[in-house]
Amino acid sequence: MVKPVTKFGDYLVLMGRVFSRPERFRMYFKQYVNEMVQLGINSIGIVLLISFFIGAVICIQIKLNIESPWMPRFVVGYTTREILLLEFSSSIMCLILAGKVGSNIASEIGTMRVTQQIDALEIMGINSASYLILPKILGLMTMIPFLVIFSIFSGIVGAFCTAWFAGIMNATDLEYGLQYCFVEWYIWCGFIKSLFFAFIIASVSAYFGYTVEGGSIAVGKASTDSVVSSSVLILFSDLILTQLLMG
Amino acid sequence: MIQLKSICKSFEGRMVLDDINFSFDGGKTNLIIGQSGSGKTVLMKCIVGLLTPEKGEVLYDGRNLVDMGKKEKRALRREMGMIFQSAALFDSLSVLENVMFPLDMFSNDTYRERVKRAQFCLDRVNLIDAQHKYPGEISGGMQKRVAIARAIALQPKYLFCDEPNSGLDPKTSLVIDDLIHGITTEYNMTTIINTHDMNSVMGIGDSILYIYQGHKEWEGTKDDVFDATNERLNNFIFASDLLRKVKQEEIRNK
Repeated sequence: MVKPVTKFGDYLVLMGRVFSRPERFRMYFKQYVNEMVQLGINSIGIVLLISFFIGAVICIQIKLNIESPWMPRFVVGYTTREILLLEFSSSIMCLILAGKVGSNIASEIGTMRVTQQIDALEIMGINSASYLILPKILGLMTMIPFLVIFSIFSGIVGAFCTAWFAGIMNATDLEYGLQYCFVEWYIWCGFIKSLFFAFIIASVSAYFGYTVEGGSIAVGKASTDSVVSSSVLILFSDLILTQLLMG
Repeated sequence: MIQLKSICKSFEGRMVLDDINFSFDGGKTNLIIGQSGSGKTVLMKCIVGLLTPEKGEVLYDGRNLVDMGKKEKRALRREMGMIFQSAALFDSLSVLENVMFPLDMFSNDTYRERVKRAQFCLDRVNLIDAQHKYPGEISGGMQKRVAIARAIALQPKYLFCDEPNSGLDPKTSLVIDDLIHGITTEYNMTTIINTHDMNSVMGIGDSILYIYQGHKEWEGTKDDVFDATNERLNNFIFASDLLRKVKQEEIRNK
């Protein structure tokens, strides 16, 4: 019980260092733009690919499992949209990103730690925690709403493809269902949740990378721990945020 | 000048540094020598402030690093340059960008002036031709030279080198030693080198501190080494047959 509490304390101390005044805004901004590209733009491909197939699969599964003469035909489109908006494109996408982006952050910072690059920054009088971690947190938080939009869009295209090319259902019914009883707030809920998750992914992974002690094995372990911890925290905070935003 | 006063440091009850007192003079290359595990690196980390000693003072021209707040410490660190054992260059930046990094962070010069200064430093270490290469594309010796160029970019008052010759061949080691010694006298810096390279001891040891199991065992200069009567120092420095023969020859000549 003591170890997790100590780790949480260390995490808070590190975040205190991260959110301190930058030495030179110009250099931080340069890093911020780099991180937006590395963490956000470079993740667009995987987001589009996964969302496309999941959108198609959701559509097929709903069609096969809840098809009934008592159900209106548009319910497939309606349910697909709700799943994409409320859970998949925010929470599940962030779980996937925790694997891709989280391990990337932890291993990058961890390697910098073991090769003394972080010590070099400290010796130069630079707040290494802030310089390395703050642009990553802000970069991912800036890009995540766009990734959510891309995910929703790609998921819907995937669902339409099942109608157009596989002939699973009528595209007009699907389109009607996708627009049926649309609540704009659900989009905002997705954005709000994804912002929290982006913070968790970047900060938790950076914490595990920054506190690496040892060599390459320790970096590998930090990378794994960061993915596991961010995933658990995303699931836990998803529960709380869903209750707060929708309850 | 950097003065150490009664520096003590322990880890989990094990004393690693025990009452170290020493003065590192400006304009000289000061060497800390000792066997692996003797506490050299811990002492270096205490001096630069990466570790805090439990007892004692580290005085930079009279300013005690141990008592400094974060802001003062950061300001002092801008007067320091350090060359790490692994060179610690930033992988994602080119050689020129690595040298420009401290200038980008702290200098108010224009971009053109910063490039000029970085190129001057690279020229000083004879690496101007490699300015557009990345650290992964150059040899270990070249990486060390880039690290030297980066360390002197802001014209520091204090230069620290943690085993600058480790992993290098004897010829490249001499080049690195000559560079560090030349830069030290040129900029009148206080340079501290952590080493167990005997060529460095004999070549550039203006002032030597020998540490044995965490305490100061001997101090002197490279000229005093041959006459030293300290058995532990002699066992350490003249451990190899070659150096033992050199010492015998030196005694015979005298």
